Amino acid sequence: MATKIYMDNAATTPVRDEVFNAVLPYFKEFYGNASSVYSIAKESKKAMEKARGQVAKGIGAKPEEIYFTAGGSESDNMALRSIAESLGKKGKHIITTKIEHHAILHTCEYLEKHGYEVTYLPVDEFGKIKLEELEKSIRPDTILISIMFANNEIGTIQPIAEIGKLAHEKGILFHTDAVQAVGHVPIDVTEMNIDMLSMSGHKLGAPKGIGAIYIRKGVPIQPLIHGGAQEKRKRAGTENIPGIVGLGLAVELAVSEMEVETKRLVHLRDKLIHGILETVPFSRLNGHPTERLPGNCNISFTYIEGESLLLLLDAVGVAASSGSACTSGSLDPSHVLMAIGLPHEIAHGSLRLTLDRNNTEEEVQFILDKLPGIVQRLRDMSPLYEEIANKKA
Amino acid sequence: MEYSEKVMDHFMNPRNVGVIEDASGIGQVGNMKCGDIMKVYLKIEDGRIQDAKFKTFGCGAAVATSSMATELVKGKTVQEALEVTNRAVMEALDGLPPVKVHCSCLAEEAIHAALWDYAQQNGIEIKGLKPPVNDVDELHHGEAEEE
Repeated sequence: MATKIYMDNAATTPVRDEVFNAVLPYFKEFYGNASSVYSIAKESKKAMEKARGQVAKGIGAKPEEIYFTAGGSESDNMALRSIAESLGKKGKHIITTKIEHHAILHTCEYLEKHGYEVTYLPVDEFGKIKLEELEKSIRPDTILISIMFANNEIGTIQPIAEIGKLAHEKGILFHTDAVQAVGHVPIDVTEMNIDMLSMSGHKLGAPKGIGAIYIRKGVPIQPLIHGGAQEKRKRAGTENIPGIVGLGLAVELAVSEMEVETKRLVHLRDKLIHGILETVPFSRLNGHPTERLPGNCNISFTYIEGESLLLLLDAVGVAASSGSACTSGSLDPSHVLMAIGLPHEIAHGSLRLTLDRNNTEEEVQFILDKLPGIVQRLRDMSPLYEEIANKKA
Repeated sequence: MEYSEKVMDHFMNPRNVGVIEDASGIGQVGNMKCGDIMKVYLKIEDGRIQDAKFKTFGCGAAVATSSMATELVKGKTVQEALEVTNRAVMEALDGLPPVKVHCSCLAEEAIHAALWDYAQQNGIEIKGLKPPVNDVDELHHGEAEEE
């Protein structure tokens, strides 16, 4: 069945109409290489610098502190690997959390193989780190703290300003993976003492394959990709002008609409969460009840498995995601759900619905109407539910 | 990862879901950690499987392989049922994605476990049948592929 309701906006979003229209001229009309001197190239250069300003303004940075990349994963890799390289002589200890995106976790594992030590902070039942634990884990050889702004699976928002303050008091650089947060929650890198921040375009209505990293002036960064002199020699490669234009506009639009859109999304999110918890027995909310992304709903249903749930939702035209092992390509359920202390049987039965600007009240109601029957259908097939049903009878 | 039409058919319209109250043999395999548990009920008369039912907690492939495995053993003799291997289940479903091969192993094992239970209860020996392995996923862990 064709997808009627798309509620997997944490995975990716459709390109916004305004963005689509704005990027089109940069494919065939203003196609010049921004490094060249002729007039058509100047258009590219001009558009790129405008976008740099838009991105910077969106997070409270200066334009010269924004470097365009191919996406969130590249930005995360660049932050960790280049700080490890620049400050490796000073120390080899990095602090992160157990619930980071794999772009951070796998880069940390890579660095561990190359002589670095990484502390993976635990999180509480809501997915938040404890500042005391962060403070305790800081060592004289700690060179970097990298903690995600908001979690992609359960939506929990970390106390970023407090983390930034602590990092700066201790003189340690602070990077945050803000791929899920940019354009969705207010960010001010100066107020929050953030030294580096990763973002991705396609999570907020810009095309895939474009991202950026904010690097505070003075932070010793190294290029991940060597080559030409683009991005002040920090990121080689001919600039993706259409992507850059799209990212700039998408950030500007998202930030300008944030106040109104957040109210609308929080209303829809809470209607979805409370509606599901009230109508489906043996269900629980994953993540923090209030300190979570405006569009994130993550709920576990005991006695059923997530992939089956996604297939049945797809059959009624709903696109969603799950943290079950069967959808991760491994045999273990999501590391985030395990980190918040869910037992395997509950982690396997998780459903993530992520709302964005295109979702409506009617769509939320459709899911509230369909979901209880779908969950029951799977429970009627489940040997685990049979035991519970027999006990009750 | 994509499922074949047959897998989707057996997932969307699973055959033989349920329990057999007076089952001759019941087998349950799988574990919570990997996220697949299959319970198979067999009704056996005169050495022939008259009916088969299942209940499964698991992904689309787990449900589809349970459905197909119970379908394949119905009407077969106990000896013939032993030949319903995971390969046979997979072939009948027009294949499975590599990461889902362990589901077909689990289905084979669930049938074997129910047959083993039947044999134990009736004090008979089924040639070629080994005691059930509960942790099928551990055995086939190596077959899973990273995304």
